[in-house]
Amino acid sequence: MSGERPLAGGEPHRDSPSTEPSDLADLLKRSARGDHAAFAVLYDATSPRLYGLLLRVVRDRAQADEVAQEAYLEIWRQASRFDPDRGSALSWMMTIGHRKAVDRVRSAEAAGRRDSTYLHRNQPVSHDETAETVLSTLDAKRVRAALAQLTDAQRQAIELAYFGGYTHTEVAALLDLPLGTAKTRIRDGLIRLRDTIGVGQ
Amino acid sequence: MTDHRHDAGRDVSDVHALSGAYAVDALDELERARFEAHLAQCADCRDEVAGLQETAALLGLDDAVAPPAPVREAVLSGIESVRPLPPRVPHAPARVVRSLTSRGLLVAASVIAVLALAGAVVLNPFGSSDDGQPSATERVLASDDAMRVHQTLPSGASATVVLSRSEGRAVVLTDDMDPAPSGQVYELWLQTPRGDMVPAGIMPDRSDAVMLLEGDASQATGVGITVEPEGGSPQPTSDPIALFALDS
Repeated sequence: MSGERPLAGGEPHRDSPSTEPSDLADLLKRSARGDHAAFAVLYDATSPRLYGLLLRVVRDRAQADEVAQEAYLEIWRQASRFDPDRGSALSWMMTIGHRKAVDRVRSAEAAGRRDSTYLHRNQPVSHDETAETVLSTLDAKRVRAALAQLTDAQRQAIELAYFGGYTHTEVAALLDLPLGTAKTRIRDGLIRLRDTIGVGQ
Repeated sequence: MTDHRHDAGRDVSDVHALSGAYAVDALDELERARFEAHLAQCADCRDEVAGLQETAALLGLDDAVAPPAPVREAVLSGIESVRPLPPRVPHAPARVVRSLTSRGLLVAASVIAVLALAGAVVLNPFGSSDDGQPSATERVLASDDAMRVHQTLPSGASATVVLSRSEGRAVVLTDDMDPAPSGQVYELWLQTPRGDMVPAGIMPDRSDAVMLLEGDASQATGVGITVEPEGGSPQPTSDPIALFALDS
């Protein structure tokens, strides 16, 4: 989280104020009608967060670039399917991106993705690549505090699944858990997080 | 999530417990299809998944990294050639549609009649409602002997056939299928041990579908997909675009 400072200059739309959650929903709605300009604003408002997540899961820059393209094309295609009653626009987009990233690491497994993993991971991210994050410091603190309340086992299981892209069966094997218990830990942990953070309230 | 009435199937009762793993994409392909089949008929799970996905997304918001500029260019030029999907309209069937005819031979006229009907009424996606009974599709996907054959088509679409000999049924899952050419449909076939192709239904007109094949699949040696004239054909009139061999 070194990105509190605003970008100097930046892309044309990046400084637009369209980063409120309700604005993102509106941009998605306009995108569903084929509004390219709205989608460009949506991209600028959300891509640092989505790309940050994709990069963390696929770990490789070149792959993250490809997955980001796939994810945004899918978001464009499915924009009309976003239902504001079921969640925020941002999390809907993150869900689509995460699915793409996980599918990519699983299909790339055989292709030796892990060879290049640490190379990229250990390269420092330069300042001008670090965008301001919309998640306010307060929100970030709440998420971290909520994570701290999980048991180690719950946190490990969730992180291996969400950031590692492992299936619950693989998570069980990694953590030496009996088959079938990792899914329970993941669910229990997420429910606890949800209730601590107060999602949907 | 207090509804645990799904106790009719050995494995189906704990399908609810997959909600968390589903929300963080920690299910394998088969489990995912199975859970999505369940989601289509379990409102409790849909609510829970929505909340857990919202929660999971918060975890990933912490480390923002701006993508390189070429990605933006590629995305914005890419959308030029992608048509946004239409919204789901209230009376349309859900993402997953039951095959449209009852068992038996396809009769073109009745297929057309059923198609007309399908446009006007809500089709129950799995042929069972919230009565707690797992549908045939769910039972196939959850069966202990589920056999899975996957194929990528030349178009880039993919299709997976899941067969349960104990259930005697097969299910096809498609991903990213192009629409059938105008005036034509994708028809499914079950191959008999003698090598005959028996009609097994017409694929719903959507890119991502889960469809229960018609007919007894307990002896089937393969599943084929062909492009046929609208209404389907009693036997294949063209070479299959995909053929799935099923080991006996």
